[in-house]
Amino acid sequence: MKKEDMLELLARMARIREFEQMAEKIFLSGEIQGFVHVYRGEEATATGICAALRKDDYITSTHRGHGHLIAKGSDVNKMLAELCGKATGYNGGKGGSMHIADIENGVLGANGLLAAGLALGTGAAFSAKYRGTDQVAVSFFGDGSSCEGEFHEAMNLASLWKLPQIFVCENNGYQVTVPMSQTCAIDSIATRAAAYKMPSVTVDGNDVLAVKEAAEAAVARARAGEGPTLIECLTTRVGGHYTGDPSLYVPMEIRKTWPERDCIENFSKKLVAEGIATAEEVDAVRKAEAKRLQDALEFARSSPYPDVATAVQNVYSDFVEEGRNR
Amino acid sequence: MKTLTMVEGLNQAMHKAMAEDDKVFMLGLDISTGSMGVSLGLQPAFGANRVIDCPAAESGYVGACIGAAITGLRPIAEIQFADFVTYCMDSLVNQAPKMHYWFGEKRSVPITFRLPGGSGGQAAAQHSQNLEGLFTHIPGLKVVIPSTPKDARGLLLSAIRDNDPVCFFEHKFAYGITQEIEDDEYENWEAIPLGVADVKREGTDITIVATGPAMVPKALAAAEELAKEGIQAEVVDPRTLYPLDKETIYKSVKKTGRLLIATEEHKRGAWSAELASLVAEEMFGDLKEKIVRIGALNTPHPFVRVLEEYVLPQTVDIVNGAKSICK
Repeated sequence: MKKEDMLELLARMARIREFEQMAEKIFLSGEIQGFVHVYRGEEATATGICAALRKDDYITSTHRGHGHLIAKGSDVNKMLAELCGKATGYNGGKGGSMHIADIENGVLGANGLLAAGLALGTGAAFSAKYRGTDQVAVSFFGDGSSCEGEFHEAMNLASLWKLPQIFVCENNGYQVTVPMSQTCAIDSIATRAAAYKMPSVTVDGNDVLAVKEAAEAAVARARAGEGPTLIECLTTRVGGHYTGDPSLYVPMEIRKTWPERDCIENFSKKLVAEGIATAEEVDAVRKAEAKRLQDALEFARSSPYPDVATAVQNVYSDFVEEGRNR
Repeated sequence: MKTLTMVEGLNQAMHKAMAEDDKVFMLGLDISTGSMGVSLGLQPAFGANRVIDCPAAESGYVGACIGAAITGLRPIAEIQFADFVTYCMDSLVNQAPKMHYWFGEKRSVPITFRLPGGSGGQAAAQHSQNLEGLFTHIPGLKVVIPSTPKDARGLLLSAIRDNDPVCFFEHKFAYGITQEIEDDEYENWEAIPLGVADVKREGTDITIVATGPAMVPKALAAAEELAKEGIQAEVVDPRTLYPLDKETIYKSVKKTGRLLIATEEHKRGAWSAELASLVAEEMFGDLKEKIVRIGALNTPHPFVRVLEEYVLPQTVDIVNGAKSICK
């Protein structure tokens, strides 16, 4: 891999981390309302997967979606503005954190329903095959979502119809507050693929290069018309389910491993240790991303809130029901 | 004259839609063999890659239709019995209706959910329901319920061409009903726009709004009975429940001053209650009498004929209801 590609992986991961730290900070200070679920600790998974994709490939995301969008190349200005509910946000303040969609970038939307993105991804993959393109669709989901019926229905359909879909399980070990041992009858999500005659692989989801390698193999298979793959990425949710969740239910022996499992620190060290980049270069990349988020905050803060008239727009594509007189 | 059946009407609409736009495809259970006859002949005409039999996985294939709709296709999702929509309510409630709101002008969700509902065939509690009212409640969905073969044909074509998600309610026990049409109408016909009601019978004393192939014929039969007693009923078929053609309904109510709403839904929380409240809110001063609603009793659908007939709204209920406000 070329040096600039390696540094780009670092930059994407750092951008996600900076975005999440910013989102958390301004959520706690009251600038963002509603619900926010941050992707801190899992950055290598989205980054590694999306590094194998083209702009015209599709992804479906989850409630914990910021990292997926950034990895796919979405603009952090428009994302942060959406989280703040501003008119300049991707969805004009109508979606917020849980429903950011960047359709021009192939992002079919974050989604507040756990397994909904799986069937949506199956449909996008179906659509690509139907239209005769070689696009692929990636569906991100968690270990908890693999217990939903829609996961199983989508896996069966994708395999039955040999669709160019890649199922990416971000196994962070927790379904909201409950450990996987209490939600899954099996101890590896990857084993679920066998039931649908689908290949699967388990990788260290905190190792961006390992994730990317698995993604490239799955994408090649999908583009060649050979069907779907399930990739289980073992990763680490650093912190709680939502911002404000103290996550005291995560035992100390797991919490203690968080720093040593840090995908960005480990990748930074690797770049330096292997002589791929200097410590200064690595530092410069990470500082540039911190600066980028400062600029995004300025953009979001200086953007206006949407006009209330927009509330009734785009419910239907051909008419607008009247709003209220107030 | 020629005879058009309900099944033929629906089938012709899908034939035309698939012939004119190769982005139109269909997913459902048993559709290659025609299911209840509605999709018969579509797979031979358009191929197995456009008319696709699915496993019994409504949440999966209906969800997939939405994914296809937002990436450039125009799916028809058949849900074999409208009652089975409960398997994919996430798609119809949380996904399809919200996406255009998030995407804005950049993307719409052109999808038709075909939902064979309807009571009266001793199909019992899980194959007899009229669930259209659930969906009129959801912003982002359009809801259509035609009553005649011609209306069904023209409205289904509009639903498939529409850029928004449309719940299209059919009546499985009315697939065999027939309508006499002009010879050339069998081949040459146009789409009927959504949101336009049709006055099925003119009258001056009472407005009867009735929906679907179960209740519109009953309303017309009731109107004949009432005419014998000197009461002239106007029968209005809204055809589309949302967007609703309020103008046609209000014009009729203004003329008659009396409103009876007859639907096959369970009466509690029904779409008929929405229409009654709209009229009460928006044209109270034009009413000479209270509004009457006729619907099914609020029980699960019983199996045996004697109980089912008792639970379902019949012509006599419409006649009695109308007489109670036409003194």
